Amino acid sequence: MNTKLIISIAKSLLIARWRQTMVAAMGVTFGITMFITLLSFMSGLNDMLDNLILNRTPHIKLYNEIKPSNIQPIQLSKKYAGSYAFIHSVKPNSSRLELYNNGAILNTLKKDNRVSGIAPKITAQVFYNIGSIDITGVINGIDVEAENRLFFFSDYVTTGKFIDLINVPNSIILGKGAAEKMLANIGDVIQVTTVKGDIMPLKVVGYFQSGLQDLDKVQSYTSLATAQKLLGKPNNYVTDIQVKLKDMTLAPMIAKEFSTLFGCDAEDIQTANSQFETGTNVRTLISYAVGITLLIVAGFGIYNILNMMIYEKMDSIAILKATGFSGFDVNRIFITIALTIGFIGGFLGLIFGFFLSAAIDQIPFNTSALPTITTYPINYNPKFYFIGTIFSLITTYFAGLFPARKASKIDPVIIIRGK
Amino acid sequence: MEIVLEAKHIYKSFHDPVTVPILKDVSFNISKGDFVSVIGKSGCGKSTLLYILSTMDTDYEGELFIDGELMRNKKEKQLASVRNEKIGFVFQFHYLLNEFSVLRNVMMPGLKLGKYSEQEVEHRAIQKLKMLGIESEAMKLANQLSGGQKQRVAIARALINDPLIIMGDEPTGNLDKKNSTIVFDIFKELAEVYNQTLLIVTHDNEFAQSTHRIIEMEDGRIIR
Repeated sequence: MNTKLIISIAKSLLIARWRQTMVAAMGVTFGITMFITLLSFMSGLNDMLDNLILNRTPHIKLYNEIKPSNIQPIQLSKKYAGSYAFIHSVKPNSSRLELYNNGAILNTLKKDNRVSGIAPKITAQVFYNIGSIDITGVINGIDVEAENRLFFFSDYVTTGKFIDLINVPNSIILGKGAAEKMLANIGDVIQVTTVKGDIMPLKVVGYFQSGLQDLDKVQSYTSLATAQKLLGKPNNYVTDIQVKLKDMTLAPMIAKEFSTLFGCDAEDIQTANSQFETGTNVRTLISYAVGITLLIVAGFGIYNILNMMIYEKMDSIAILKATGFSGFDVNRIFITIALTIGFIGGFLGLIFGFFLSAAIDQIPFNTSALPTITTYPINYNPKFYFIGTIFSLITTYFAGLFPARKASKIDPVIIIRGK
Repeated sequence: MEIVLEAKHIYKSFHDPVTVPILKDVSFNISKGDFVSVIGKSGCGKSTLLYILSTMDTDYEGELFIDGELMRNKKEKQLASVRNEKIGFVFQFHYLLNEFSVLRNVMMPGLKLGKYSEQEVEHRAIQKLKMLGIESEAMKLANQLSGGQKQRVAIARALINDPLIIMGDEPTGNLDKKNSTIVFDIFKELAEVYNQTLLIVTHDNEFAQSTHRIIEMEDGRIIR
């Protein structure tokens, strides 16, 4: 009963001053609109930039690093077990990049239910021969279907068909930058020299564009079998195993486990790309800071308008108190007014924010660096709308708190006698 | 006779900028059905006394009983509900809320009390307006009425919760002769027909002479 009465009084006061109410609500609407738009846009950009790397980076990469052995022969000798050995100028042993016993590793990984997919890979240093000039490059021998399934390979093949790597023997998909340097067209045959000096002709079946220019000048892709042939290795030769997990956050832990289990190096995505996370965090922080600043400014608007309303309605407040409304009731009336402004303004802000971000989503955004993107990226995460609602209610509550307290402390005697 | 309001040795001083005593040892009581007027010259403390009796001013010494209950040590919220339930106010200025209709203004303290349902409160409000002869104005906004009508609405509002006592602070002070007479007749009728207790502060001697009992004040003391 009491609540209903308080709401009806608050409603009348709001309607009586509907122009000010609207201005106050518009402040909140503007703040929330910009908050939603800014965060959707920023996090859309973040996701896009992250995906640039994350989509194509395995969560865990198993490989053999070229490095000196941790255990030198002298340390295995029982004769010197109690001694310290000082060894100078240690070198890596005959470098074998191959993952030993990779068939067993692949079987084990397939049975692991934390793993969502695996793709074996061969990385080989090569030279692309252009007339008398050689440029260095890297050829990735990939399991074409697995690579496409886990790392969206086809998205980045801008010309030609990725599946031709399997269908056409001795074929290669060149990085866009490398192809431009070599003036290689689709269907051309290019010469590739391995580090060991073997020369092999490969047919160009497509171009690859990752969005990272430096990468595209160097990287090319062939099938696993072609890479094995190129290097003169048997068909069980694999240098890397790329693992995609169901839960990315577990990568550091599982990487450590695989490293000891399989006796090879394991690199997790968080370690490999820590700088991206930092960038993302800073951008998100800036968007939140700007959004919250806008809301606080709107809060001051509400504060001013409520203060004015209280001065205007001093008589009404006094008579309400004289006829039996307590300070707490008066407080609740003004808090209700503030929250109503916040709720209406915030709700409109969510709607406008949604439409504004939808409009930005339609703006064309073509860049040669990002072949898969055609419009500005927007992230429609409901989380932003939820946070926006909470923030609009919190700021308006605090904006209303002080005027409401002032109103509740009004002494009716002073007002009534002052007339 | 049942005592409705009792004041015992009430002292009150203003402290700003220097201490000035306003009320000195004021003691009296009002029984049910009394029609009392408080008169005195300007500045004799009669309004100050009224606001202490009305529980709105709590800064005083002495004891105040309303309906046998001691008012000291009650919290702000409790005092508010005492005012709501037991005291009806009529001020010199009507203090109606312009955002609401006349009917709604009258209903307001009744809705706050929450003793009756909204329909019942509305029914009672219409009865009170009828009693004061202004039921035809019920749906108008408060600021569309004349001064005399507004004051009658204020009286209806004071009556809505069937208060123990009605307090008035110069209720006819802003009205012309004709309207003053109407308002006075209403008070008299309330006292004589409905046995309503009334305590009216006034400086209108003619008004005071027609009440049942006069309390005259001078320099913060009751002299009659």
